[in-house]
Amino acid sequence: MPAVEVNHIVKSYADKVVVNDLSFSVNQGEIFGIIGPNGAGKTTTIRMMMDIIKPDSGEVTVLGERLSEASKNKLGYLPEERGLYKKLTVIESIIYLASLKGMDGPSAEEKADGLLEQTGMLPHKGKKIEELSRGMGQIIQFIVTIIHNPELVILDEPFAGLDPVNTELLKKMAADLRSQGKAIIFSTHQMNEVEELCDRILMINRGRSVLYGNLAEIKSWYRSNSVLLEFEGELGEVPGVTEKHTRKGHVELVLDGRTTPQQILERLVGTGLVINRFEVATPPLNEIFLKVVGGKNNE
Amino acid sequence: MNKTLLILRHEFLHTIKRKGFIIMTLIVPLVGLLAIGVLQLVSGIAGPAAEITTIGYVDEPGGFQQFTTQGQIELVRFDTPDEATQALVNGDIKEYFVISSSYQETGVINRYTLEKQLETPPGTSAAIKKFLTSNLLAGKVPPATIDLIEAPLNLVTTRLAPTGAVAPEQGGYGNFIIPGVFSLLLMLSIIFSSTYLLQGLGDEKENRLIEVLLSSVSVRQLLTGKVLGIGAAGLAQVAVWVISTPLLLNLASSTFGGFISTVQLPANFLALAVVYFILGYLLFAVISAGIGAISATSREGQQFIAIFTMPLISPLWFSSLLMLFPDNPIWAVLTILPITAPVEVMIRLGVSEIPAWQLVVSIAVMVLSIIGILLITIRVFRTYLLMYGKRPRLGEVMRSLRSG
Repeated sequence: MPAVEVNHIVKSYADKVVVNDLSFSVNQGEIFGIIGPNGAGKTTTIRMMMDIIKPDSGEVTVLGERLSEASKNKLGYLPEERGLYKKLTVIESIIYLASLKGMDGPSAEEKADGLLEQTGMLPHKGKKIEELSRGMGQIIQFIVTIIHNPELVILDEPFAGLDPVNTELLKKMAADLRSQGKAIIFSTHQMNEVEELCDRILMINRGRSVLYGNLAEIKSWYRSNSVLLEFEGELGEVPGVTEKHTRKGHVELVLDGRTTPQQILERLVGTGLVINRFEVATPPLNEIFLKVVGGKNNE
Repeated sequence: MNKTLLILRHEFLHTIKRKGFIIMTLIVPLVGLLAIGVLQLVSGIAGPAAEITTIGYVDEPGGFQQFTTQGQIELVRFDTPDEATQALVNGDIKEYFVISSSYQETGVINRYTLEKQLETPPGTSAAIKKFLTSNLLAGKVPPATIDLIEAPLNLVTTRLAPTGAVAPEQGGYGNFIIPGVFSLLLMLSIIFSSTYLLQGLGDEKENRLIEVLLSSVSVRQLLTGKVLGIGAAGLAQVAVWVISTPLLLNLASSTFGGFISTVQLPANFLALAVVYFILGYLLFAVISAGIGAISATSREGQQFIAIFTMPLISPLWFSSLLMLFPDNPIWAVLTILPITAPVEVMIRLGVSEIPAWQLVVSIAVMVLSIIGILLITIRVFRTYLLMYGKRPRLGEVMRSLRSG
């Protein structure tokens, strides 16, 4: 059973179509990225998945059923813009919001203590939210998102405004959730952010799906015909290589259409060169996006 | 626990812990206490300690020699205005007046004083008037008649029940005071409670917490919990005020004993006060929630809500007209109009009787309005709560209502 199944949803505001016939599914135990530029319709899509707004048409099922009050307890949602009750303390905020997810007070506090400890926020447990820094507030909100052990976690731009240490912390916690079999949806306009995390992605532009599938496969489709090489010694002529570009710290070899990277590697090893790095060049998602959107726009 | 109850409890506790709420709850009894203290102080000063004032007069036509002691005022006769002026300058007298020789024809009395005054103090003019009347009538009519001429009317009204027996509820200001004060408190409490609701929604909208809440609960649960939680806090506030009233009245009775004994509660007052507080609050709560949904910030929402608080307050502006013309049909209209009804009913209860049919229609119209506005609000809420930073135009709201 997929964690989320979205079928042909459409949403428009005041004659502007924000989400246009979008379909995808998210499996349990995977990190799924929804990526696209600002204003592509990512947040609207997520809000429809969360039943915060209703689609004009189409259907969303979460964990095999249409979202009901009971099934909302199985969701964890970190919205794009973040805020908590400024006047409440950290622990009061966590317990109240956890209680709305069906947790009772004592178990929420016990779980909160563990998560605060894990994130290094335990000393701030009794502080008011308004006394925390922005980054700290974000960590608290992440704790609120996952405290009730949800089956599906949706993180909208989770790393925006976070320092590198906390970004790594959150990435690690997200990876842990995946290994526990939870489904995680990441939404971001920072496309490179998801490359190291996501198993599958949905790339959207102007409310429409432009790319959808396994991240590794997608990258291989858009693989350019070149390899990246770091080496020691003298690189002479290599048969099958049409161009050589010296980049910072490495050399990019552009192959002719007939030679595979595997053949090039064999030939390089044959020359006795010391090879420190050999990599089939795949473009970053940014470039893929520009290629796809550029192509669509030209159609 | 049910999620609606969780939100209710959270909102109730959150509201009663607010500084503004605590101050407002305590300030009403405190202001009452202060007012009683000040009145006691003032009446203490103005009481027996008052000194005897000496006023001079010049009697040109003659015949004004008697009755020179009028309460705390002593009248001293002078032969000429110059002598009187001299005495005034020397400080022997506080002021003087001249009964001119043409007084019998014109009635003109000239008064001279060193003080700057808006008008003659009522005590002084009453004393002069009584002095003149008594002297004019002396010897012509019996002294008892003179007293009657000075105060010919001491009206005592008794209200009879339709059976001809003395009615238990006598009307008058004693009957008006509690509904009058209570209508003011009711209005304050309704305005404050709905402001808290509006502010809470505005804040949650501004800091986007609303999305987290709506990913856990439905719009219906969120609105119901908030409206009831804040309403319960408002009711607690009114309860504190109501409980403190008899205590304050007891304290005040030493000062205004005579008046306090006439204070009575109109029939059905408490029941109607509770009903109209609840209905009035619910009406304003659903209006506030709707406004909270379409306004960009909580500040903007508070400007919008003023459009509705004006009519709520308006019966207080017209309360003096109500006292003069209690039978005018306009009061029936204000009683039935849901937005003016809570305050209007409270004031009318103190002034006259409200026909039962008007109360029934009024309550029915309020209940229907609340349900109608609630349905509209839930529709608008979902659509516009997530539109941050911009307010939809009226046309867009109407369109979204139609499309649902």
